[in-house]
Amino acid sequence: MTVKDNKAQQTDDWSGVVHDWGADKQAFDMPWGKLMMWIFLLSDTFIFSIFLTGYMNVRMSSLDTWPNPSEVFALNIAGHHIPLVLIAIMTFILITSSGTMAMAVNFAYRGDKRKTVYLMAATALLGGSFVGMQAFEWTKLILDEGVRPWGNPMGAAQFGSSFFMITGFHGLHVSAGVIYLSIIARRVARGHYEHKGYQIVEITGLYWHFVDLVWVFIFALFYLW
Amino acid sequence: MNPALGQQHPISLYLKIWAILFVLSTMSYLVDYFQLHGALRWSLILLFMLLKASLIISVFMHVAWERLALKLVLFMPPLTIVVLVSLMAIEGDYTFLNRVVAFMSP
Repeated sequence: MTVKDNKAQQTDDWSGVVHDWGADKQAFDMPWGKLMMWIFLLSDTFIFSIFLTGYMNVRMSSLDTWPNPSEVFALNIAGHHIPLVLIAIMTFILITSSGTMAMAVNFAYRGDKRKTVYLMAATALLGGSFVGMQAFEWTKLILDEGVRPWGNPMGAAQFGSSFFMITGFHGLHVSAGVIYLSIIARRVARGHYEHKGYQIVEITGLYWHFVDLVWVFIFALFYLW
Repeated sequence: MNPALGQQHPISLYLKIWAILFVLSTMSYLVDYFQLHGALRWSLILLFMLLKASLIISVFMHVAWERLALKLVLFMPPLTIVVLVSLMAIEGDYTFLNRVVAFMSP
């Protein structure tokens, strides 16, 4: 390798991009599994964006008033009427699970198997409780509030279809993530990656952080808007 | 960076980001709790959303330490989503106006 090549490899500007793509080597300096996870997450970004864009479109074009999410998702706790409280708790749980996942990745690269497994298990448990709360939220909405995909007593019919589509798809992602985390945590515990290296924990982490990321957008655009 | 070594950062960094995300989530919840309305509500919601998203992407997903070649792959294609959102916003307004004219005029 020439001196010029070395320089381009170290700099991370446009000449670095040209070097990464132009040199006779693999373009992305990472395991293929990680790159494929990024490509998958990019495609998932498009799926969720299209759901949220569709929701924006039907909400903008609806003549009926849109049900107020602040009221629809309010709960009475100990005699107090608190708006959106369950959704806020779900948000904090998912952020916490992202924090434990980030630390699991860190401990995995340090070779601390025990802490990695515990933190991944904690992440999976938090994810499971998130799905449980979502099941509670859906039950309340369907049985008590009478929300259906084709209509609801509070206003615009599109509220139900957007809600079930967007949060349902996100809930499926969380459930799949819990299964994914459990499988990888079990394999880490069994010493499966001691020779292969612990990139798999980072890859699993990317998926989990993405699920949290999508929730940030759903929380802002669907529940708070 | 040697890919076999992976990302090495102090745990305190993650705890800090976690705390900031908690504060930002609380603030976006308070926007609803205090029933802010209009442009103030929408701009605050979007501001907190984008701050949280960028913290998760750059630190938790380690994109801040990735090479520009990957960043381009991740951030160039979603620009088309901005185009889609703008077009669908225009279309939604147009549908709304037509519905007003067709269904609400005497």
